[in-house]
Amino acid sequence: MLQTPLYEWHKAHNAKTAPFAGWDMPIQYEEGILAEHAHTRENASVFDICHMAQFVAKGQGVTELLKKAISHNLDTLAVGKCRYGFLLTEQGTVIDDLIVYHLDTDHYFLVVNAGCAEKDFLALQERLGKENIENISPKSGKIDLQGPKSLEVLEKLTKQNFHDLKYFSFTHIEYKGHKILVSRTGYTGELGYELYCPKEAVLTLWEDLLAVDPVKPAGLGARDTLRLECGLALYGHELNEEHTVAESALDGMLTSEADYIGKEQAKIVKNEILVPLKLEGRRTVRNGDLVIKEAGSSEAIGTVASGSFAPSLGYAVAFAFVKKEYADRENFVLKAGRSEIAAQKTSAPFYTKGTARIKLS
Amino acid sequence: MKNPENLLYAESHEWLKVEGGEGVIGITDFAQDSLGDITFIELPQVGEKFTQGQEMGTVESVKAASDIYMPCDCEVIAVNEEAVNNPELVNKDPYGSGWLIRVSIQGATDGLLNAQDYAGKCVH
Repeated sequence: MLQTPLYEWHKAHNAKTAPFAGWDMPIQYEEGILAEHAHTRENASVFDICHMAQFVAKGQGVTELLKKAISHNLDTLAVGKCRYGFLLTEQGTVIDDLIVYHLDTDHYFLVVNAGCAEKDFLALQERLGKENIENISPKSGKIDLQGPKSLEVLEKLTKQNFHDLKYFSFTHIEYKGHKILVSRTGYTGELGYELYCPKEAVLTLWEDLLAVDPVKPAGLGARDTLRLECGLALYGHELNEEHTVAESALDGMLTSEADYIGKEQAKIVKNEILVPLKLEGRRTVRNGDLVIKEAGSSEAIGTVASGSFAPSLGYAVAFAFVKKEYADRENFVLKAGRSEIAAQKTSAPFYTKGTARIKLS
Repeated sequence: MKNPENLLYAESHEWLKVEGGEGVIGITDFAQDSLGDITFIELPQVGEKFTQGQEMGTVESVKAASDIYMPCDCEVIAVNEEAVNNPELVNKDPYGSGWLIRVSIQGATDGLLNAQDYAGKCVH
């Protein structure tokens, strides 16, 4: 199994690790998922995200090729900005979701999911030309600093001002001789920064961040409850090659006017649509559990994509793919093992007090 | 945490404290630690009867769900509502305030382990 540059640090700090997309990753540290979740909502946490893959697309004319390769609207993406979007199949289903950073003219930085890196790279090689895409993951790392206090932490650490860095914008800084890309983005719904650095800088940056009060480490367990509460999709759950973007209820993001692969199909709801659900209590459902037609029924009308107790809300929430003819219902019945759980349709994000978009200047 | 010497243990990670003809039942420290932060507990109702090894409840954590099995033949005489309402008690104090149910024991407690033998079963 693959290990990040922080693996020994995690082990030395009693992290519980588990396999994730081929990597042995920290799920939680000693304080546990609920404490790490709360600390991120109220203070600031760091997450080891070195497993995610990083590509560079560069070369004359690559912008035009990229516009056809991915769903991102690049016409309105200025240098210094980044944007979320999809790499699609011809059928409009999702090979991966990714963030694209506009570094310079015909020069982009792409961040993709660890579990999809291989197929993404092959698809991009085919769509952009092998000479225009490079996988820089082996020499790169990523640390996420997330939480309402992350701005003051970052400024204290770097002695620079980041008040002017807007949501989905980035800048490069020099830190102890290393070039770091600082991006005001994240996966927790809170104000935060994703820090991309050379592999050899990861441990120093991690330890230096942790030395700033009130930073604590958080694992992938808290990352998952934080992202779910804020309605953020997780590839392999809310997004996959079986559902179109419209079925994942993210077709609002498809604003590019370019003729990209999968464009028309991606906007069609074929069979199912993703529905956000509020469960009636603390008991949860999990990926693969069924949505049934009515209480006591054995007929499935959908499948749970993600579900969890939502620590900041005090009840469980879920996303489920429901057959489109049933998707207009207000009430649903979910089946977890032998138990049936009542659920109400709600809207995402489930948790609405996140600070991610807060105006700083 | 050390497993108390005065308890009996099931291989499925429940503990039983025998007090005369009655018993107090919970899940072990190893079980709570393996599950992580517990977020939901479902327990049987007072008056329900069970046989040893029968499934009697569920504990859920953020990352997992696990069934709880009855360590002996018994009838439920009390349920720890405080633990149901504050599942973190089971993480904090699995052998104390995080107890789950009180039962009247109706038969033998064969097949349960002492603290030392149970410790040998606690391997991640």
